[in-house]
Amino acid sequence: MTTHGYLAREYFGRLLEALRNSGYRCVGPQVLDGAIQYRDLPNAQALPSGWRDSQAPGRYRLEHSNNPRQFAWANGPQALKPFLFAPRETLWCVERDARGALSFRAVLPEAQALAVIGVRACDLAALHLQDAHFLQGQFQDAQYAARRDGLFLVAVNCTHPAATCFCVSTGDGPDVPEANGGCDLVLDEVDDGFIVRSASERGASLIAQLGLAPVTLAQQTVVADQRQQAREAQTRMLPSRDLRPLLDTRLEHPRWADVAARCLSCGNCTSVCPTCFCHSDHESPAIDGSDSTHYREWDSCFTQGHSYIHGITLRADTRLRYRQWLTHKLGAWHDQYGRSGCVGCGRCISWCPVGIDITEEVAALAADTP
Amino acid sequence: MEKPRIAVHKFSSCDGCQLAFLDLGEDLLTLTAQIDIRHFAEAGILGEDEAVDIAFIEGSISTPADEERIRRIRERSRLLITIGACATAGGLQALRNLADAKAWTAAVYASPEYISSLDKVQPIRALVPVDFELWGCPVNSRQILAAVGSLLNGVVPIDERDKVCMECKRQLAVCVMVSEGKPCMGPVTRTGCGALCPRFGRACYACYGPAETPNTEALGARLRGLGLVGHEIAQQFLGTTNQMPVFLDAAQRWEKTP
Repeated sequence: MTTHGYLAREYFGRLLEALRNSGYRCVGPQVLDGAIQYRDLPNAQALPSGWRDSQAPGRYRLEHSNNPRQFAWANGPQALKPFLFAPRETLWCVERDARGALSFRAVLPEAQALAVIGVRACDLAALHLQDAHFLQGQFQDAQYAARRDGLFLVAVNCTHPAATCFCVSTGDGPDVPEANGGCDLVLDEVDDGFIVRSASERGASLIAQLGLAPVTLAQQTVVADQRQQAREAQTRMLPSRDLRPLLDTRLEHPRWADVAARCLSCGNCTSVCPTCFCHSDHESPAIDGSDSTHYREWDSCFTQGHSYIHGITLRADTRLRYRQWLTHKLGAWHDQYGRSGCVGCGRCISWCPVGIDITEEVAALAADTP
Repeated sequence: MEKPRIAVHKFSSCDGCQLAFLDLGEDLLTLTAQIDIRHFAEAGILGEDEAVDIAFIEGSISTPADEERIRRIRERSRLLITIGACATAGGLQALRNLADAKAWTAAVYASPEYISSLDKVQPIRALVPVDFELWGCPVNSRQILAAVGSLLNGVVPIDERDKVCMECKRQLAVCVMVSEGKPCMGPVTRTGCGALCPRFGRACYACYGPAETPNTEALGARLRGLGLVGHEIAQQFLGTTNQMPVFLDAAQRWEKTP
């Protein structure tokens, strides 16, 4: 069985066709509203051919060139998270009958086989963390599990990290690990096509339908070189070790007030973060009292409601909210999930309207003794 | 059980918020089966002086007659709920508070002595106690349904205080400030609109008023980084919710900044 081979760019459609023949709905990156976004992929021509991104703290722009490559960009605002952990969804409904008795009904998403094309290593690492959160032992999240089951992942190794990326330092990219990559196929893009490798049994059986050519030595060299360049291109870094011992000694550091003066407490960082999972639950009752819909939606530790309990808001100001976010993500996650909650994708830096940089804040907190 | 009696009153306003009731569609039929509308001039029901369980107030107070009428309504209403930017935050007409309105009146009208207005336009809460406020310019039908639905079920309505950004991200809209450098007020503005403007590529202009913990200083500094000067930043805070102290303060601060 073929597990490795070359697919010329003009035959990329074969991959989509094979996935559709296996029952998958295909989604992939496209240029929409000035950003790379994952949407239903009608054909290979819809991929962002020639598009490059330019990212900086609080800034994201796309530029077009004649480069034939379709994956020569770093991540846009979202990737896998909204497909699995929906921004807003109904969990259950309750109805009241004529005698006043209540009956509850769970609402589950329709099971769907979904293939996501173009996933990056940082997003696979984030997916692994979301799995750890939503699929814990006997307490599995039914909505998440239903979507996760039908997921087929086609990863593309990142060749063009943004200035905001730091996945090398967190150990999550820019390449998908050779073993246990957590996906089905891994692609390396070269100028005229893709080196395709299977990373699961499903991936191997799909690859067999593509009619791949053998990989040449020259292609192997190109791939090795661009992987190396992608690693070396990254300038930001964040330690991946447990930062709780450090942050615990910095809880009263003046830097928290400093960052709070700049922070809008708007929740953009946590919303674009591929690992953040906080949500709130709400009730939407019918006006005639006959039924009610219980739904959940993305929440953030930067909202007032997130720390509200019976008349008390525990984190009323931004200083405490930013501290909560950082100490949880970089500290307490190690206790909960065995690793840092940061995968180095840099989204929180690019998509922060005021350009607050998590790597800079951590460095400032670590550098001085309060 | 007797149906709750409801009134919808109008003060200085454009009438647009009352439309949120009339735009309910099929839900309007369900709603009217649950409630007894005693006064709603825009819908043709007149009974201004009737005692009601819930009075919805649109518009701000700009004349001595308004002042007297809102006090009378308050006395006859068990709950009083303001709807929209005028009632909750003064509205666009409150911009005259920042100018010499008497001079304008004299310049515009041949006989200004017939114009009777208060020195300042004020939101309803400045005159009488308000039980709940629905924000927006205008408010939308979803907000009306959620508030009335909660009250009919004996529950305090949810006060939506998060920033527009939270909803913008849930809608998977691309941030217009980050991707296009547009001066968006979303990070200090109250949610409730469904991120309507950013979803269509337009910057938020704060029509829902200040969110909780609005950092007007940091946003103003960012707008300056995007190329706006002090006066233009001040204008960003002086929309339909200009009488909210946190916006008014920010505007006055940035007006003095070159």
